[in-house]
Amino acid sequence: MSTTEYAPPASDPRDEPGENPLGRLSPEQLEQLGREFDAIHEEVYADLGERDARYIRSTIRLHRQLVLAARILLLGSRYRALWLAGTASLSLAKILENMEIGHNVMHGQWDWMNDPDINSRTWDWDTASPADAWRHSHNYEHHTFTNIRGKDRDLGYEIMRIDPHQKWHPVYLLQPFYNLILMGFFEWGVALHDLNGEAIRKGEKPREQVIEELKAIGVKARRQIVKDYVAFPALAAAVSGRRSFKTTLAANFTANIIRNVWAHSIIFCGHFPDQTFTFSEQEVAGETRGGFYVRQLLGAANIDGGPFFHLLAGNLSFQVEHHLYPDMPSSRYAEIAPRVREICSRYGLPYNTGPLHRQLGTVHRTILRLAFPGGGPRPKPGPYRPPAI
Amino acid sequence: MISSFTSPLLADDYLELVNPLWSTRELRGRVERVERETADAVTVLIRPGWSWPGHEPGQYLRLGIAVDGIHHWRAYSLTSDPGRADGCIAITPKLVPGGKVSPFLCSRMKPGAIVRLGGVEGSFVLPQELPERLLFITAGSGITPVMSMLRSLARRGELRDVVHLHCARDADSVVFARDLAELAADHPGYRLERWLTGRRGRLQPEQLAGVCGDWSEREAFLCGPSGLLAAISGHWADRADPARLHLEHFQPPERVGEGERGRGGQVTFRRSGVVGASDGEQPILQAGERAGAKLAFGCRMGICHSCVGRLRSGQVRDLRTGRVHGQPGEELRTCINAPEGAIEIDL
Repeated sequence: MSTTEYAPPASDPRDEPGENPLGRLSPEQLEQLGREFDAIHEEVYADLGERDARYIRSTIRLHRQLVLAARILLLGSRYRALWLAGTASLSLAKILENMEIGHNVMHGQWDWMNDPDINSRTWDWDTASPADAWRHSHNYEHHTFTNIRGKDRDLGYEIMRIDPHQKWHPVYLLQPFYNLILMGFFEWGVALHDLNGEAIRKGEKPREQVIEELKAIGVKARRQIVKDYVAFPALAAAVSGRRSFKTTLAANFTANIIRNVWAHSIIFCGHFPDQTFTFSEQEVAGETRGGFYVRQLLGAANIDGGPFFHLLAGNLSFQVEHHLYPDMPSSRYAEIAPRVREICSRYGLPYNTGPLHRQLGTVHRTILRLAFPGGGPRPKPGPYRPPAI
Repeated sequence: MISSFTSPLLADDYLELVNPLWSTRELRGRVERVERETADAVTVLIRPGWSWPGHEPGQYLRLGIAVDGIHHWRAYSLTSDPGRADGCIAITPKLVPGGKVSPFLCSRMKPGAIVRLGGVEGSFVLPQELPERLLFITAGSGITPVMSMLRSLARRGELRDVVHLHCARDADSVVFARDLAELAADHPGYRLERWLTGRRGRLQPEQLAGVCGDWSEREAFLCGPSGLLAAISGHWADRADPARLHLEHFQPPERVGEGERGRGGQVTFRRSGVVGASDGEQPILQAGERAGAKLAFGCRMGICHSCVGRLRSGQVRDLRTGRVHGQPGEELRTCINAPEGAIEIDL
């Protein structure tokens, strides 16, 4: 794949002054807005305590109980009912572990607890991506340069054209297909993405570092493969007969695929629905704290849902709140969401959200449309208006 | 082998679902009982996990405990006899007003709580070969390591010729008052001298001879506030064999003086040995980079946690809020915190 290149599309209403809400706010307004968003963060951090600690501890305990249950059920995976129950439990466990626990712990959301075990530096997760590499490409690159074209490698993950500013290339004709493959094997995609293929091609990354990182992926991959496709199938075979090897392997494979599809869907809904804005480097030059908040607000989109949905989404269904405050415990996003909306309504800013089917629908439409040349930005929702009571 | 089944977790992570004390990765204990000693001191009795290595009387324990969701490490002298029949260990914290951990231990700690047991440390211990005559000089909480020694000596029947001079404000503030009285009643070789400073003023080194005539010929163990330590050890060095005086510094938690704002300070990076400085404006990260330390960093604005390091000592100021904070063992973002006085960090 060629290097991702950006150029303005033929006509982009966002390049007209006044269209992008970021340009509408005066420096004074931005400063005031920055202070208001800072205040929410400070208030929540001052209030963190036993309730929050209990939440993450019990979520971690729930994950481990689900894993234990799943692995025990799958020892008898040759029986259909046990296979189904075990696969469901393992899928749920893996989703919980990646989304609500791994992603958020590695963001440092629970570092305030000062707990030696639940800690962004020492945590590792049940996916192919080594923790260190992910922390760099995600926590730092993506969260600092969110939606800045040419700087945020998560825009299309360097393999897709997800923004009309991105120059078309014939290979993108295939993106609807390889997106489906990415969906099923998302964890491997993330692991490779962390390597930063572009920097390697441009020679910006020392060879030794690339080798180190490849080794780390290799170690991680081997452990993941041995666990799900050798160790547990062999154990099941020893316990309940040879046929269980294949059925357990299939169950584990299915759970990994389910987790990958789920993670892909939730994560693609974070920045790629129609509502979101992207930014040129000029637009964000000399960005202030307030400007940072507005960019995060415009560049992210939420997904509506109930508490169980938010838990399974790792609260990335509060992508807006997560991008405003990446280090705030995820369990607090739902609580601060009304205050974020209130700020949006006062400053005439949009608050991007929608049901899963709609958000995901627009994402896949964009992937299809932008596989072909041309295409322009989708209409934006405009300022948030509180619902009439 | 087992890790092929549990990666990236450990078997421990599942074992502790059954019993938190079964962890093999870190030693834990369960609080069995909390007993009040005085108005501002309690004894916390802890049942340690099976891999508890034991301790020598006089040593202290690093205890890890979560207060309001935040994990803290504190060092406490072990006050129990290592040979206790029930296998429990005890610490006897005294309330430090304005502190974080001691108020919790003294009033909110409940039986059943799980605590982390860090290492057992300290060289303030009895010699291998027990000297004929012993002298203990303690003041306030300084009695805690000595209590373990006394209990151990009593169990082994070795309270043969022991003088114990304990200083306290008044009779009510004597920690272990009942235990000490019992020891004195049961063991004729143990003589307890209580020095109540409320009545007699602070103990002056010259007054030592009045309490214990042969003080200079005894193997002595001294534990208390630094003023007392300095006075006695100076006096001792002039008139007796300093090799026979054993000291334990009893350290109240350090607090930064009120009203000082953003004064900066020296930063010691323990891993690289680099020493940097900040005038209060530069965050730790920048101070280190200027001094030539190679440090991990990311966003430089406090969001990505790429730059975190563990604080060993000292306090820092959050440059965004001006809040001064810092506990030993706390994970800090070096890009948004500046030293407030000298600090040491594990980077």
